[in-house]
Amino acid sequence: MDRLLFGDNQFFGVNHMSEEKARAQSMRFQDIQAVIDVLDNAYDEGVKTFMCTTHDRIALVCDHMRADPERYKDFHFYPCMPYAHKYANAVTEDGMIGALKRFMPDEGLINAALRGGMSLAKKDIEGITTLLVDAEMKMFTGLSTPVIFLQNVVVDLLLGLGFKEAFRIFADHVKKRYNAEPGFITMNMPMLLDVLEEQGIENPIVCSNINKIGFRMCGGFEAYEQALKTKKFRAIAMSVYASGAIAPKEAIEWVCQQPNIESIVFGASSRGNIRNTKELVDRYWPK
Amino acid sequence: MIRLAVVGLGKMGLSHHAMINAHPGVDVAAVCDTTGYVLDVLNKYTGVKTYTDFEAMLREVELDAIIIATPSSMHAQMVKAALDKGLHVFCEKPFCLDTAEGEEVTRIAAEKGLVSQVGYHYRFVGAFQEVKRLLDAGAIGEVTHVLAEAYGPVVLKPKGGTWRTQRAHGGGCLYDYAAHPLNLVNWYLGMPTSVGGSVLNSIFSQETDDEVFGTLYYEGGQSAQISVNWSDESYRKMSTKITIWGTNGRIYADRQECQVYLREVPESLPGFQKGWTVRYTTDLTEPVWFYLRGEEYSAQLDYFVRCIEAGKGGENVNSFASATETDKVISMMIADAEQGASFASGAAQPVVAKQKKGLMTSLFGR
Repeated sequence: MDRLLFGDNQFFGVNHMSEEKARAQSMRFQDIQAVIDVLDNAYDEGVKTFMCTTHDRIALVCDHMRADPERYKDFHFYPCMPYAHKYANAVTEDGMIGALKRFMPDEGLINAALRGGMSLAKKDIEGITTLLVDAEMKMFTGLSTPVIFLQNVVVDLLLGLGFKEAFRIFADHVKKRYNAEPGFITMNMPMLLDVLEEQGIENPIVCSNINKIGFRMCGGFEAYEQALKTKKFRAIAMSVYASGAIAPKEAIEWVCQQPNIESIVFGASSRGNIRNTKELVDRYWPK
Repeated sequence: MIRLAVVGLGKMGLSHHAMINAHPGVDVAAVCDTTGYVLDVLNKYTGVKTYTDFEAMLREVELDAIIIATPSSMHAQMVKAALDKGLHVFCEKPFCLDTAEGEEVTRIAAEKGLVSQVGYHYRFVGAFQEVKRLLDAGAIGEVTHVLAEAYGPVVLKPKGGTWRTQRAHGGGCLYDYAAHPLNLVNWYLGMPTSVGGSVLNSIFSQETDDEVFGTLYYEGGQSAQISVNWSDESYRKMSTKITIWGTNGRIYADRQECQVYLREVPESLPGFQKGWTVRYTTDLTEPVWFYLRGEEYSAQLDYFVRCIEAGKGGENVNSFASATETDKVISMMIADAEQGASFASGAAQPVVAKQKKGLMTSLFGR
């Protein structure tokens, strides 16, 4: 993995600090070309991995990259699935099972229909999970997706429920079908690491908030420090600026001092901010 | 260890189950739902004991507490059965569709000294707690008006077949969305003396409302306006906002931040500035033991557990008594909306009290 990964919150009006700012961003990035321009800036600054949700609009980015393979030959997607809000709203409208049915692939593949129908009937979570993963992965066909993530809403729901086997099923499917590394995003990193270990998922890629003020690091700051020191996993730090609560230099300097962090994922809307983060990382995180 | 059961495994119930199951002080002894499918999957993969029969679960499982997250039309009966068993109860909102039933279970819980709590999670959002703190400290002087809003993209087409699309079962924008800002206004200003101008409109739904507007009137001349719409796609997810005007300034809060404008800084508020002071969620939010979908959801369950451990029934935040007040305001708004507009444009125009002659007219005559 690269040391710097580019995130996508800024493109979809996600801002943990201000709803006004979030709205301004969603206006600015309404035209997909504005998103692509920022991705081009990042790419040209040497930030070549895009860690993105499987939001419908990402499909347009995928189309753009596919159309110019020469220009984007070093560009990687790290898909993070699922985009949870579409499922949450569907559950309100159609109920749990109705929503599930709605998101089963409907391209008429006999195989998919069988796998889905049979799985639903047999209460076999493996079939359902793999089908949902495949449905979410469709937009990335032909593009490089070396790591595929399960989003924190799902990871932490499964973690809380004790649905541990699902992590194993996801990991196996992603490796087998996409030849990719499974990744897990969580707000409860120490607790998740224990479960992944128990499930025999070795040296997992785990992305969680890691920042100097301990913002959304559930289980506690010390538990995170301890995990970074002692556990065998590949850590990705997100929310390193804690939504802007920490000044960039202070934030990056601190993260770069922590042991065992392999990558930082960050979001930015301008070439200047991308360059600043890149320079700070180059300065405080010597190779 | 508190032995607890979760009843109703819809959107809220399932996430409550996940959070409370991760709580170190709680053992989830059973879950109950009418959908055998979800139960079977849970049982197969997590081993939790499952029931489709609520009564049977109450009879057979040793419990201390229960989380009820069924459709609201079922709340009163289930809460009563749980209280009769001596269980502490956390119930989803809106609490009871019939306020008389709400009052009855409130009384039973109080008599038995049991912890009773309703899932109005916005009272556990740091920014909205900050508003309460500021009001209690008299930050903006005498409050004159509150604007309470909530918008989000839930019903975006004329379709849908769950209980949430039927008002008779506690579904709709008023019960599902507006209940939250109403509950916050109740927290900040108390019970209104009356309501007026209530509008419960359908945009897409056949059997319930999609937009809600209305005015609450308070003793002392204060007022609050409610503006809620759950068919607004311009919002990514539910967004609740509160604006409060007072003689010494204004407070605005949403889930992310609390912005305060003060004309003068009271001595009780060190750290605040004349003019704007903004505090963000990163600063206002207390850490939680487990995070699923916002600290407030975890925090309210942890609070429930702590109240049980401390043997503190009755005086907790979001008690049945306080949730019943919100139910009452909801009922008042339904009744008001049914009456329709208070004054029609075709009717005889009201007589406007004549103004006293001003100084200029007195001096110079006509």
